Amino acid sequence: MWTTILIASGACFVLKWLGGVIPREWLEKPVVGHITKLLPIALLVALVTVQTFAHGKSLTIDARVPALGASMVALKLKAPFIVVVVVAAFTAAVLRHFGLFN
Amino acid sequence: MTAQSAPESWEHTRRVIVRNALSIGLAVATYGVSFGALGTTSGLTVAQTCALSILMFTGGSQFALVSTIAAGGTGMAGIAAATLLGTRNAAYAMRLGPILNSTGFSKIVASQLTIDESTAMALAQDETTFEGRASRLGFWATGLSVFVLWNLATLLGALAATTIGDPKTFGLDAAIAAGLFALVWPQIKTKTHVIVACGAALIALATTPILSPGLPVLAASIIAFVFGYAQRNEPT
Repeated sequence: MWTTILIASGACFVLKWLGGVIPREWLEKPVVGHITKLLPIALLVALVTVQTFAHGKSLTIDARVPALGASMVALKLKAPFIVVVVVAAFTAAVLRHFGLFN
Repeated sequence: MTAQSAPESWEHTRRVIVRNALSIGLAVATYGVSFGALGTTSGLTVAQTCALSILMFTGGSQFALVSTIAAGGTGMAGIAAATLLGTRNAAYAMRLGPILNSTGFSKIVASQLTIDESTAMALAQDETTFEGRASRLGFWATGLSVFVLWNLATLLGALAATTIGDPKTFGLDAAIAAGLFALVWPQIKTKTHVIVACGAALIALATTPILSPGLPVLAASIIAFVFGYAQRNEPT
């Protein structure tokens, strides 16, 4: 088990480290620059989408959906970050408490 | 973070960033408790569970490794799942490199702290304000806050071998998604960004039923390659 833990952790660290040691000149090529700027947007939006709609391999609409909707309204109203986060948690918790959503 | 129109003092910006870093750290920590409990109930020792949170420190990969082993998978299958899910951190590191400008030991620490939350917080700041200090503080404050709280939470969950309660009861699953969303929101500035964001969401939804959990997020990265390549003749 320890071997598995160390190899897997090592591999994850190497990935984090590799991205940071790519030569500056290479990153400054327009095509690479455009891709690296768009990648975090695509990855983070996809992550939020999965965190909101996925339940294992199935898609569901549960309390997370109205919660994200409520947090979008808070964002539109220029609420501070902490308020956006609390609004989402509160919405999901209340809807689940009253059994309106899973 | 949202109201960036008026010029703010560095003091104010610093306080807001640190407060936001702590709040996302707390939300993530509730999942650290779950991870700790999952680790020890899957047959890992407390030390092994905690080692994963310290050494691997990327939630998706940690859950993938432990779940694969709990489901009877081999060590190799666990390593493969964890590594595959860790690849998005490489993309984050590429983007953060020129912003952080770390060298030597701090580069090693920065690498370890390169995760979804620290990247999102760094990129949510305007790269040009305070000569990039806001972006760098966003990264370091969030990385350290999540590292400390995630590891404390893992230890707590591993020792108790039971979650304090389902984080979902408190809506914390929605809180993490909303937190990340609030951090991506200011990054979506151009029409291309909107298309990439919508495309990524659609790919993630479409591939969720067919790919293993974690892979739809990676699949969505294809849209960044397509649009990045299409813009190859424009200046960055």
